[in-house]
Amino acid sequence: MDITELTVHELQEKLEKKEITISQIIKAYANRIEEKEKDVQAFVTTLCNEAQEEAKQIEEKVAKGEITSKLAGIPIGIKDNICTKGIKTTCSSKMLENFVSPYDATVVEKLKEENLINLGKLNMDEFAMGGSTEYSAFHVTRNPWNLNTVPGGSSGGSAAAVAANLVPWALGSDTGGSIRQPASFCGVVGLKPTYGLVSRYGLVAFASSLDQIGPITKDVEDAAILLNIITGHDEKDTTSEAKEKVDYTKCLKNDVKGLKIGIPKEFFGEGINEEVKKSLQEAIETYKEMGAKVEEFSLDIANYSLATYYIIACAEASSNLGRFDGIRYGYRTQNFSNLKDIYRNSRSEGFGPEVKRRIILGTYVLSSGYYDAYYKKAQQVRTLVRKQFEEAFEKYDILLTPTSPTVAFEIGTKSSNPLEMYLSDICTVSVNIAGLPGISIPCGVDSKGMPIGMQLIGKRFGEEEILNAAYTFEQKIKFRESNKPQFKGGVC
Amino acid sequence: MKVSREEILHIAKLANLNLKEEEIDTYLLHLQDILNFANIVNNAPVEGLGESFGVNENENVFRKDEIKVFEDNEALLANAPEKERNMFKIPKVIQ
Repeated sequence: MDITELTVHELQEKLEKKEITISQIIKAYANRIEEKEKDVQAFVTTLCNEAQEEAKQIEEKVAKGEITSKLAGIPIGIKDNICTKGIKTTCSSKMLENFVSPYDATVVEKLKEENLINLGKLNMDEFAMGGSTEYSAFHVTRNPWNLNTVPGGSSGGSAAAVAANLVPWALGSDTGGSIRQPASFCGVVGLKPTYGLVSRYGLVAFASSLDQIGPITKDVEDAAILLNIITGHDEKDTTSEAKEKVDYTKCLKNDVKGLKIGIPKEFFGEGINEEVKKSLQEAIETYKEMGAKVEEFSLDIANYSLATYYIIACAEASSNLGRFDGIRYGYRTQNFSNLKDIYRNSRSEGFGPEVKRRIILGTYVLSSGYYDAYYKKAQQVRTLVRKQFEEAFEKYDILLTPTSPTVAFEIGTKSSNPLEMYLSDICTVSVNIAGLPGISIPCGVDSKGMPIGMQLIGKRFGEEEILNAAYTFEQKIKFRESNKPQFKGGVC
Repeated sequence: MKVSREEILHIAKLANLNLKEEEIDTYLLHLQDILNFANIVNNAPVEGLGESFGVNENENVFRKDEIKVFEDNEALLANAPEKERNMFKIPKVIQ
């Protein structure tokens, strides 16, 4: 038995039956990281030694009955924009290369309450800006299915690490698709929760009205388990909703009879790869066979959403990233004679090209003379998008679309053309604009064996519907049983 | 809308960024490209619709104005690029 092949619920079962120990789990992952990390490069910081120490301590406490959490000792990877006390949180940026957070993010506190073990911090596009993890200031992460292709982004390290069995599950963050698109590219499950379901306290802000933390896992049941841990109201995040806790594992019924699924036809139009379309059509047929009521309808918001997304996200980023000034933390230039120089030179030397590009775009759309034409208009489109989704959910329980127009693309093919990179977010951004939950699960592979992702969108706080629909599909097609990453190609 | 060289330099100044000579042309090209695409928001049927600043219905979430002392000063100052005693150090502001 290869421990790293197991899902978290399988690990938990084996721990409960005392078939394996916490130390064995951590050792297995440490060995796997030793073996495969050089090919995948999913981590910014690995904590294998610390994790093995922690495993011993937790085992002792479990033996004494001091810890009762069923998940105690399960390892996890954390995207490197989520603050971890005493451990570097770099956002894959030169700006925060040596930043050690003085506190834990709320989600990290919650992981610690369950005695999960942090295996390391995962690579990402700098400040979560990108869709390929090529914009990391440190290194490019590679897709375990084909090492010459990107893992997607911005949570590319998280998705690649889960796919390559370097961690059993991971946390990512999603502002415009950054959990779902890499999950799709790497053949794993990625869930972006409803805006407000998970506290953003301690998540380094990119676009505050869109950002959400969520799970990236091997299967849907694990996504439900991890969501159970991280949800909950937090007074430190005023946008987090005071809702009663739900046990999301209880909604996994393996039954979609009578479920009303809407297929927005515009999400299957121009620009969507034919093989992706075909795989999605097969998935739709599968849902019909399982008794769901599927209907095509018009939701003409994809292009508006994408334009709106880049206006709003960049505007918010230009403001949020104003805090990086080289004074209290972060990179400081050596080249200055006055305070103004520190600001400008630290920012110019510390930020990478994509971050600067977005700050410039954001500053432009907020500047006098352009505010009405771009930012104000985008906020109105945001209302339109919300309204159109609300109308759709009067008719349907969930919506089904591709997660990404294509499968994982080759490293270097899009990084020089920002607009082309932005266009690959076309299926995911509207979900963030409207603050809805969305899940990506694998639905097949293309002719080259690369995974294809299906996105299910729910109404606000409709996590249970999409989790059950995803689970039912997963049980039917059993993707993981017949498809595994091959680590094809080599490090160039 | 066409963005001029002067405009991008003005924007960079507002954003506290320096642009190198070779960066100006690249950013100008990219910005123009992205704005051309973003212009479609002006064709959206938004007549009479209000602006959404977010998706939350919450407004003005208040809490008591209580002082909570963050104990770990050392961890905070450990990130300072330059410090003296328990203070962040910056160059002289008033000349």
